[in-house]
Formats: sequence, C-alpha cells, structure tokens
Amino acid sequence: MIYALASVGVILAMALALGRAVAGPSLHDRVLAGNSFGTKTVVLICILGFVSGRPDFLDIAVLYALINFAALIGILKFFRYRTLAISMEGEGPDAPVFEATGEGKAT
Amino acid sequence: MTIDLDLLRDLLSGLLFVVGSLAIVTGAIGLVRFPDIYTRVHAAGVTDTAGAELILFALMLQAPNWLVVAKLAFVGFFLFLTGPVATHAIAHAAWVGGEKPLVGPGLKPDGDAT
Repeated sequence: MIYALASVGVILAMALALGRAVAGPSLHDRVLAGNSFGTKTVVLICILGFVSGRPDFLDIAVLYALINFAALIGILKFFRYRTLAISMEGEGPDAPVFEATGEGKAT
Repeated sequence: MTIDLDLLRDLLSGLLFVVGSLAIVTGAIGLVRFPDIYTRVHAAGVTDTAGAELILFALMLQAPNWLVVAKLAFVGFFLFLTGPVATHAIAHAAWVGGEKPLVGPGLKPDGDAT
C-alpha cells in the first residue's frame, strides 16, 4: 500500500512538471521541467520494479538516469552555442565564450 | 522484550517513503508556482535529488537480496552526483543566456550580466 502512495505522489509530481514544460515562458523553464520529469521517471521505475517483483527494472533505471543527464548537457550545449560541432576546450578565436553576454535569449 | 526487526524495518521504510514523496510533490508544486526561472531551479533541483535519495533508501530497506541493494545504491550515488550538477548547469545556462532574475519588493526583472 505504501508503494501505491509513493507512486501516486511521484506521478502527481510528474504531471505538475509537465504543466511547467507546457507553460514555461522561457526555454530554460522547459529544459528544467524535462530534466525534473526524467529524474522522477527514474524513481518511478525503481518503485514499479519492487511492485512487480522484477529486479531487472533497476537496470533500466540506471540506464535512464545516465541518458537523462547526458541529454540534458547536450541540449544545454546546443541551445547555448546553436551547434554541437564546436569543441569545449582550447583557446583562439573559435574558443567558446563563458562569460555572461546576455545574447541569444531563447524563448 | 525482543524487538521485531521486520516491523522496525517496515516502519522506517514507510516513514522514508512518506517524507521522500512529500519532498518530490512539494518540489513539483514549487516548480509550478514560483515566479522566476532561478527560484524554480532551486525548488526542482534540491527537492528532486533529496526526495529521490530518500525513496531509494526506503527501497533499499525493503530489498530482498544484496544485489538489489547494490543496484539501488548505484542509482542513488549517480543521482547524488548528477542532480546538483544538472541544477547548476541549467542555472548557469539561464544566466549566460540572458534570463534576468526578478528582484525587489515589486518583483521586477533586474540583473547585471557581469
């Protein structure tokens, strides 16, 4: 019964995160909501693994946690530099700029 | 009087489940109701990581064997490391991307990108 309560709570939180993903006025609100949704998905998969009595779900949870984090970093890099092709190290005129320039306010 | 370890384990994991679920739901409510990207990042980042760790620890107490405990520990360790990193990455990307924080009693957007 406690598993049911925990899963209902996590599913409710996922619905609220989806609401923020739809209604977020800026890009970063939607990225934040997507990442939050992914973290709650990992928790929900772990709980469902216990409910169904199959410990294999924990492997899926590990995999999705990794995918979620890597995808978040990739998405943030793309929306900052508008390309995935540049390297994040090195000096020179092509080096990425890390100061706050206020440019590219993506909405 | 002997202590019933199964009852103690069930009580402790039930308490951790309740607290963890409350943390996650509270963080999601904050994600919806807060006025600014930076406050939302704080709500979602802190409560997601903490609530997930509490629920995973509650599941560890209910695990049938040590392999399940090891897998849950791995997921918990990974979320413990990447949750705060993801929070900082989103907040830094918002700042560099030009999102102004709402400041002052009237909640006006203000902020110097320096």
